[in-house]
Amino acid sequence: MQGLKKSLLTAVWFMFLTFPIMVIRVNTIEKTIVWRWENLALVGISVFLLSYVWRFLMSRRERGNKQNAFATDDRAQAFRALIEDRRIRYSLIAAFAIFVGVFPFLFSMYQVNIMISALIYIMLGLGLNIVVGLAGLLDLGFVAFYAVGAYAYALLNLHFGLGFWAVLPMAAVLGAFVGILLGFPVLRLRGDYLAIVTLGFGEIIRLVLENWGTFTRGPSGISNIPRPDLFGLEFGLQGRIIYMYYVVLALVLFTIAVVTRLKYSRIGRAWMALREDEIACQAMGIDKTQTKLMAFSLGATWAAMAGVVFAAKTSFINPASFTFLESAMILSIVVLGGMGSTVGVILGALILILLPEYLRAFAEYRMIVFGAIMVLFMVFRPQGLIRDRRLKRRFHPAESSKGAEAVPTGEGMARGAGSHG
Amino acid sequence: MGRMEYFLEIFFGGLTRGSIYALIALGYTMVYGIIQLINFAHGEIYMIGAFTALIVAGVLGSLGMPGYAILLLTLPIAVIYASAYGFTVEKIAYKPLRSAPRLSPLISAIGMSIFLQNYILLAQTADFLPFPNLLPYFDLPDFVGGILTSSEVTIVITAALVMAGLTSFIKFTRMGKAMRATAQNQRMAMLVGVNVDQVISLTFIIGSALAAIGGVLIASHIGQINFYIGFIAGIKAFTAAVLGGIGSVPGAMLGGLVLGWTESFATGYVSSDYEDVFAFALLVLILIFRPAGILGKADSQKV
Repeated sequence: MQGLKKSLLTAVWFMFLTFPIMVIRVNTIEKTIVWRWENLALVGISVFLLSYVWRFLMSRRERGNKQNAFATDDRAQAFRALIEDRRIRYSLIAAFAIFVGVFPFLFSMYQVNIMISALIYIMLGLGLNIVVGLAGLLDLGFVAFYAVGAYAYALLNLHFGLGFWAVLPMAAVLGAFVGILLGFPVLRLRGDYLAIVTLGFGEIIRLVLENWGTFTRGPSGISNIPRPDLFGLEFGLQGRIIYMYYVVLALVLFTIAVVTRLKYSRIGRAWMALREDEIACQAMGIDKTQTKLMAFSLGATWAAMAGVVFAAKTSFINPASFTFLESAMILSIVVLGGMGSTVGVILGALILILLPEYLRAFAEYRMIVFGAIMVLFMVFRPQGLIRDRRLKRRFHPAESSKGAEAVPTGEGMARGAGSHG
Repeated sequence: MGRMEYFLEIFFGGLTRGSIYALIALGYTMVYGIIQLINFAHGEIYMIGAFTALIVAGVLGSLGMPGYAILLLTLPIAVIYASAYGFTVEKIAYKPLRSAPRLSPLISAIGMSIFLQNYILLAQTADFLPFPNLLPYFDLPDFVGGILTSSEVTIVITAALVMAGLTSFIKFTRMGKAMRATAQNQRMAMLVGVNVDQVISLTFIIGSALAAIGGVLIASHIGQINFYIGFIAGIKAFTAAVLGGIGSVPGAMLGGLVLGWTESFATGYVSSDYEDVFAFALLVLILIFRPAGILGKADSQKV
């Protein structure tokens, strides 16, 4: 009964709130007004239902907080045990690898093209994951480095005729360099300032690309960027797309390998420690600036490489591809997947890039859904779809017979060290 | 036109711009002062205020109301709606994250900002809409007539009055005292009987109301709006807040004016292509060389 009253009140409140925006549409030139009363009913009913869901999730969240933070529920444990069984795990990985390997021969070129985009976003997501997920630096201008890579390829090709394979390592170095250049002054700043400054940098780079017409060809962009070649071999149109797919796939695998190695390396653990508690971390003798700079420039390296691939794939770039929304999209991939988790980011990229492609009817709702995902995941599941697993040793009183063993738990940034006063 | 007149025109243009930035910056600075959060969705609240005003003015205009009556009804309705949105955004996106690590509410705020932008985009339109000039027109004396317009005068005066009102509210009322106490130390404020939840809600409501006033004024002055105006205005107002020293109310006002003048003079004397770049560059420089801002105090991090 209490719940019903609350939901009714919430529904009425939202009907009031959305009334002018949702119901009335004014055309100030022709002085006509359209009243869309059906939207009011729609808002009322959906908010009424959603408020039940909201309260249910809230109560679950509260229970979750009260429970022992280490206790994971049985289903997750059973699932994990299943995944950790070697035979099942390896056969799953093998099946997935075969599927990915033969993908371009099973599906149409249209599908392959979409998959290439998704793979590019996996690269971007994994790059941003180093910065946001591991090192805990909120970089909202990530797209700037992506643009640097794309324009590096386009311009070097235009002026000097350099090919894809020549530019790829150059762009990686350039990305790292620009990352250091931008990172050096701003990394002294506190987390939230860093977010705004990187946002500002991202916008500056885009505005410069747009306005410096003589160098970048301005808003009209650069076209006829060649796709990658293979020792001078020429492919047909279809062959080129398939080749592109394998190039990107190889780069993604390379990224995954490097990122995984990094994560469990000394520097990776330093990043995570820095994310959890800066002061404690410095007390342990970790060079804060250097460690952060490393994360920042490594993230930039991957964004720049993804930029080269993007330019080669679309063969046309202009500043409109590098807006803040792109940064926001990459961020929501990381947030949805699970900050810090490699598998999570891959899953996040596949969901967020492939779903809107196949649900064309909902394409215009794409950004609003991204926004909602960021809010809802932060409130209800800050660890993302896949919880980042941290190796750590801890004492388990209930299983003391087994002694202290390494149990993977996802004590990510989700329930981390809290803020410092 | 003489060089002096050109200079004065730019000066007053910057003052007008700066007063609007200051109005929006106050919302950032107050929220930051109380809960140490950059409310990314604040620019969107400003945009929603302007949109509500456009819709209400359109409906009232079609009923054949006279201009002053439209303004008198539109402004309060826009303010009420913006405040309601600010209040609701806080309840949904920030309140559940009070004890979460700092990054969480920040990401939630960005999500909220994207959500609100696209909400307007889908429910209204992506196009620029012409905004009726609601500000009263009056004749200015001859010697200033060429330099500034009546709507500029209205904007500067309104902004000054609103800011004076806010300052005295914070300084002299009981609730203002509670706000200052919460900003200093939330837990101590709670211990001495301040209803912190209420104070935070009120901060969001006041900040949103100021943003809506700014939104209606500037939309009338410029004459068009779309769903994206909140984003740029939000970043610039945030720049103003940081410039003056975030968390400081007079700082936000000063920062707004400095930013307004910087932009006006840079576009007036250098180039108008890079209008936004000047603001961002100023922000970056300030954060690098004086992160505490002009009036802010550098606080050392406590463990």
